[in-house]
Amino acid sequence: MAERPAGTGKPRGNLPPLELYVPEPRYRPGDPVDYSHLQIPEAGRQPRPDEACEPGETHPLCTDMIRVLDGEYRAVGPWDPRLDPETLRRMLRVMALTRAFDDRMYRAQRQGKTSFYMKCTGEEATSVASAFALADDDMVFPSYRQQGILISRGYPLVEMVNQIYSNRADKLKGRQLPIMYSARDFSFFSISGNLATQLPQAAGWAMASASKGDTRIAAGWVGEGASAEGDFHSALTFAAVYNAPVIFNLVNNQYAISSFSGFAGAERTTFAARAIGYGIAGLRVDGNDALAVHAAVQWAANRARSNMGPTLIEHFTYRAEAHSTSDDPSAYRSAHEREEWPLGDPVTRLKRHLIALGEWSREAHDEMDREVAEEVKAAAKEAEKSGILGHGLHHPFHTMFEDVFEELPWHLEEQAEQAIRERRIKWPDWDGR
Amino acid sequence: MSVEESPVSLSDAPTRRLNMIEAINDALDIMLERDPNVVIMGEDVGYFGGVFRCTAGLQEKYGKARVFDTPISEGGIIGVAVGMGAYGLRPVPEIQFADYIYPGLDQLISEAARLRYRSAGEFVAPMTVRAPFGGGIFGGQTHSQSPEALFTHVAGLKTVVPSTPHDAKGLLIAAIEDNDPVIFFEPKRIYNGPFDGYYDRPAKTWDHHPGSEVPEGYYSLPLGKARLVREGSAMTVLAYGTMIRVAEAVLAEKGVDAEVIDLRTLVPIDIEAVEKSVEKTGKCLVIHEATRTSGFGAELVALVQERCFYHLEAPIERVTGFDTPYPHSLEWAYFPGPVRIGEAVDRLIAAG
Repeated sequence: MAERPAGTGKPRGNLPPLELYVPEPRYRPGDPVDYSHLQIPEAGRQPRPDEACEPGETHPLCTDMIRVLDGEYRAVGPWDPRLDPETLRRMLRVMALTRAFDDRMYRAQRQGKTSFYMKCTGEEATSVASAFALADDDMVFPSYRQQGILISRGYPLVEMVNQIYSNRADKLKGRQLPIMYSARDFSFFSISGNLATQLPQAAGWAMASASKGDTRIAAGWVGEGASAEGDFHSALTFAAVYNAPVIFNLVNNQYAISSFSGFAGAERTTFAARAIGYGIAGLRVDGNDALAVHAAVQWAANRARSNMGPTLIEHFTYRAEAHSTSDDPSAYRSAHEREEWPLGDPVTRLKRHLIALGEWSREAHDEMDREVAEEVKAAAKEAEKSGILGHGLHHPFHTMFEDVFEELPWHLEEQAEQAIRERRIKWPDWDGR
Repeated sequence: MSVEESPVSLSDAPTRRLNMIEAINDALDIMLERDPNVVIMGEDVGYFGGVFRCTAGLQEKYGKARVFDTPISEGGIIGVAVGMGAYGLRPVPEIQFADYIYPGLDQLISEAARLRYRSAGEFVAPMTVRAPFGGGIFGGQTHSQSPEALFTHVAGLKTVVPSTPHDAKGLLIAAIEDNDPVIFFEPKRIYNGPFDGYYDRPAKTWDHHPGSEVPEGYYSLPLGKARLVREGSAMTVLAYGTMIRVAEAVLAEKGVDAEVIDLRTLVPIDIEAVEKSVEKTGKCLVIHEATRTSGFGAELVALVQERCFYHLEAPIERVTGFDTPYPHSLEWAYFPGPVRIGEAVDRLIAAG
């Protein structure tokens, strides 16, 4: 038995022993779900401070929730972004296209055409409505579930599928895990796969833009789980210190794989409330309300663009499906959670808003769903011509050694020769590609 | 020609005598002047000019947007530098001591080092991370480390260590111009003067060392090229940074005609210079100040063994720091000084 360390000698009397608290989610598989503890404020009731306000004026909004669409799917209150019906229809279409893309790529993974996929079902508004609120050349530093941004910006679906299939047309030369896109021409930063690293990078890009007198701003995305990383803290610190023109979008989809948001601190306060400690603007928004998301990001973008500094936005949403194709949520959470989620589905809510406006119909929506499914199907077929994962149509062999450095140093040249020799031994008829 | 035979033959410009701090300051000044995308940031580097004075006067000259202080956040400093690089800047972050670099490792290893690869060249991280390293200044276990092997192990990073003011300037300029991330370790024991390893003798300044003849203006020394410090035939000594002058002094005291190669760049290493010398001398001594196990010396020994085995007349000798943290009161017991090097030299002389 280890000796007790020397102490102050103060008697402990009959104090109770200390207890370690380990968070536990409310529901596990099979449990009935009751969301009455969630405070969902009435839409339209949240004040909209001036974009140039002191950060402190936004802080009550960090524990509130900005909502625009009411129970009848009408846009109400000061945060209504007053988008014209054509913009709303385009936004709806991109969200539907994103969902259709996810569905097809999920099936493609199950069919063995690639190794991995991640859907964003239920979270489409957090990326699509955000992208609609930004300028197309604002630099985004996404995490791994923001495919909606690329689709919003018109990035070719076939390029996305090429990347997912790691085929010979993949612009990333088959080096990255599927969905870790990079699209410089679309101001979309290379997705890391390590979490939260993109946030200080977004702050740095924004600082650079400001130092050059540019007008472009940066926006980063991170999950609530990864907000526990040190990079989240350094990003917000740097952004606050240098008043960087950057938006930090924290997508609170309630889950980090199987770990509920309590393991990132959600039982103590909101994630938006992190902004208060840094003295920057913070907003908490109904992430399944595309209009509210658009309004919040537009507010933050206007603020950043007028040198008023960074904003942290918590998008309160729900990850409706698995973390990835490697995950099975039925093993750790109740299936009723999705059914009972009080903020509904972002695509359905926007659709019903347009119908309520008299600018859309169920028939038009069904037709659109058919169109986007066809669009995705055509892109997938086109991409398959350049190959699927593991079927030989990858990039030329020597590209494996390129881009480690700008120029190939001697040791990589030697290693490339070794790799090529191995290949010739294994496949004597190999054509060198 | 794979080695630079004379440190001053590279530039016809008139020279000034500078210590290593002044030479680094001069390089930074020149690059800030030449390239409007170069920015310098780090803890205390702005108004104050850095705890070692390497950035003295630069904020005043180039303004706060080009040279500025940062929060105490090495992870943030490197992460921000990656974002700045993606924008098109060429950041030169200073990490106040190499011992403090670890919070920035994820951003260096997972981000900066692999950005070009993972984006197939769409994005790059052209940064030069400067950090004073090494011991012999009574810095204790948090101001004395030599963590170069952690970086040489990472695909996509270049690691550079100068050993003279002349080299520090030329190599730093080359590092800043390089489009890949470069870790630039500055041996702080020799910032103010060359160190011969005899801590109990009076400290010297750079005033009488030819390596302090620093050409004025712009010049760069190619990364990946070693410097032939001294020609010889008895053995090849592979070293870098502080240990170059220590090795020279030991060899001079012993009267051993060794060939001394200053590697200058650890990755990519100048393998031609190493092979050519070991093939000539048939014996090899590897020296570094860092801890021994899995140190860069292990890589050097492996390379020499693989490539020069049939020229070797004796086992390769490896002299390093010990596998302990750098102790404060016993730092000279840790330091691979003249006695430890001398023993290895004697063994090599006796062998074969």
